[in-house]
Amino acid sequence: MMAGRPTTAAVTGTTWNVYDANTLTQAEIYGRVLTELGEKDARIVALTADLAKSTKIGVFGERFPERLVNVGIAEQNLFGMAAGMARSGLLPFVSTMSVFASMRALEQVRTDICYQGLDVKIIATHGGISFGQAGTTHHCTEDIAIMRALAGMTMIVPADGYETANAVRACIERPGPVYIRLGRGFEPLHYADEDYGFRIGTAVEIAPGADFTVVCCGVAVYHAAQAAAILAETDGVSVRVLNMHTLKPLDDAAVLAAARETGHILTVEEHTVIGGLGSAVADVLAQSGVTCTFAKVGLPDCYSEVGYPEDLYCHYGIDIDGIVDRIRVMLGIVAELDEDWEDEV
Amino acid sequence: MPLTDDEIRGLRAKARELRCLMIDVTTWAGGAHIGGALSSADLLTALYYKYLNVRPDEPDWPQRDRFVLSKGHAGVGLASVLADRGYFPNDLLHEFNHFKSPFGMHLDGAKVPGVDASTGSLGHGLSQALGMAWGARYQGESWLTYCLLGDGECNEGSVWEAAMAASHHRATNLITLVDRNRLMIDGPTEDVMSLEPLADKWRAFGFQVVEIDGHDFAQIAAAVEGARARARRPDAVAPTVVIAHTVKGKGVDFMEDNVKWHYGSLDSELAARARASIERVA
Repeated sequence: MMAGRPTTAAVTGTTWNVYDANTLTQAEIYGRVLTELGEKDARIVALTADLAKSTKIGVFGERFPERLVNVGIAEQNLFGMAAGMARSGLLPFVSTMSVFASMRALEQVRTDICYQGLDVKIIATHGGISFGQAGTTHHCTEDIAIMRALAGMTMIVPADGYETANAVRACIERPGPVYIRLGRGFEPLHYADEDYGFRIGTAVEIAPGADFTVVCCGVAVYHAAQAAAILAETDGVSVRVLNMHTLKPLDDAAVLAAARETGHILTVEEHTVIGGLGSAVADVLAQSGVTCTFAKVGLPDCYSEVGYPEDLYCHYGIDIDGIVDRIRVMLGIVAELDEDWEDEV
Repeated sequence: MPLTDDEIRGLRAKARELRCLMIDVTTWAGGAHIGGALSSADLLTALYYKYLNVRPDEPDWPQRDRFVLSKGHAGVGLASVLADRGYFPNDLLHEFNHFKSPFGMHLDGAKVPGVDASTGSLGHGLSQALGMAWGARYQGESWLTYCLLGDGECNEGSVWEAAMAASHHRATNLITLVDRNRLMIDGPTEDVMSLEPLADKWRAFGFQVVEIDGHDFAQIAAAVEGARARARRPDAVAPTVVIAHTVKGKGVDFMEDNVKWHYGSLDSELAARARASIERVA
């Protein structure tokens, strides 16, 4: 269910509530949910590479110090050890920044974990350009493309803290490796609670629509939902928004239904437009025989600029205004420029 | 307890038999990494016929000792040992490297019973073995994890990431062996990328280092038994590494210490010469 910015004190999870969701980062919520799951399942152990604090997996470590392994700044060993632990019957959760999880130790993720089909859950933080000020070395705009290419991998990009909690709970039931990509944690909330029927591999229609569809993931979900609301109000356009939280396996049926029923698809992602959500959706469309207009919003083929994430989202058109403008262009709508333009943003 | 003379004679005979099987598999496969398989053959024989607590008829027995062949290119050696040990019929080895065979040069644990880690890419095994050892300790299990590294493999930075962590975690239930045959694909290790002083490197990383002749069963036994005893000692802190000085291609006169035999193929005439050479070894 859609909520904007909830402030009431409804409680859903057993260890955190709406207040927490507004004040905790995605990663902090992940740390709490993992701790809650760890209480019930002794197989759950956690690993990090000197990022216990940054990734919030340290929350788990505070409760279960003997179940958190910090390998130091050594990501290859991080993922190799996790594979060995899984082989010994444990359920390891590994947390580091997405740029290191997807590239520094990619061969360990591929060969030690995916090739061996092991139950290792990777929680990759600081995805996309969410750590914008840190510079391009700490951005990660390639991980969707990389992880999607690994056979056996499940790839999830939660929209917000609530969806992070859902994804972490759900990944335990999902056999094999799972990669969950989080932001840095200052992303706005889209959901009001966890109870909207999250299922791995099934897109969530967060706004119904007949004229146009936005397929999005991660932080783009909040922006797309707001954009849809603006377009409904100011342009009378009914925009369907699909939260494609699972990038692999992709919900092909939702994509094809959107193409048939709305005739226009725009993908929006905090990732390069090469190989990510947009490419995944394009694959489905191109092989289906279903025709529609189609465009991708994301980072072009470049290394990202430095700046606050909000400025970068604006720069790359991943924000509300960028999405509104792009949809108008695709629909041939000439936006009216008037004194009251602020009501659109 | 030291090996008896009979045990040593028995292990030597078994090692000769296994070396001949490795030659056969290399022939059937159309080529294999025979040099590094032969250099580690005595280590593998000692482990699989004396020390590893495993059940070939129950390969996934949870309490088994684990063995990670980090130098995964020696798969032709391990597959021969596993077949002979009864994990699967020897006949299957005729398919080695063939289309859709369970056996490639680098063994796949999902397809080959008894293989605890799918290795081949160098520098991956020790981390996985350490994860297993950590898992055993966390779960209160007494089984041990053995990991066999190649010496050239020790060029990989990831080996030393794992070594640092093994020492930090006092993983005495992890027994590391290095097949120090002094040759890699492009030449002698000391020419390509020098490893010496190798023992000092492992010591500096916090390991208890034992150096042996990797073809002398009495020395292999003493080293492994020492490591196993340390694994049971609550006051032991440093994990053990056994640096086994070996000869690449050991047992086959025309392959010994010859860099050309890192990987090779054999016709029936060469294979017969190789077997004859192995049989001449006492």
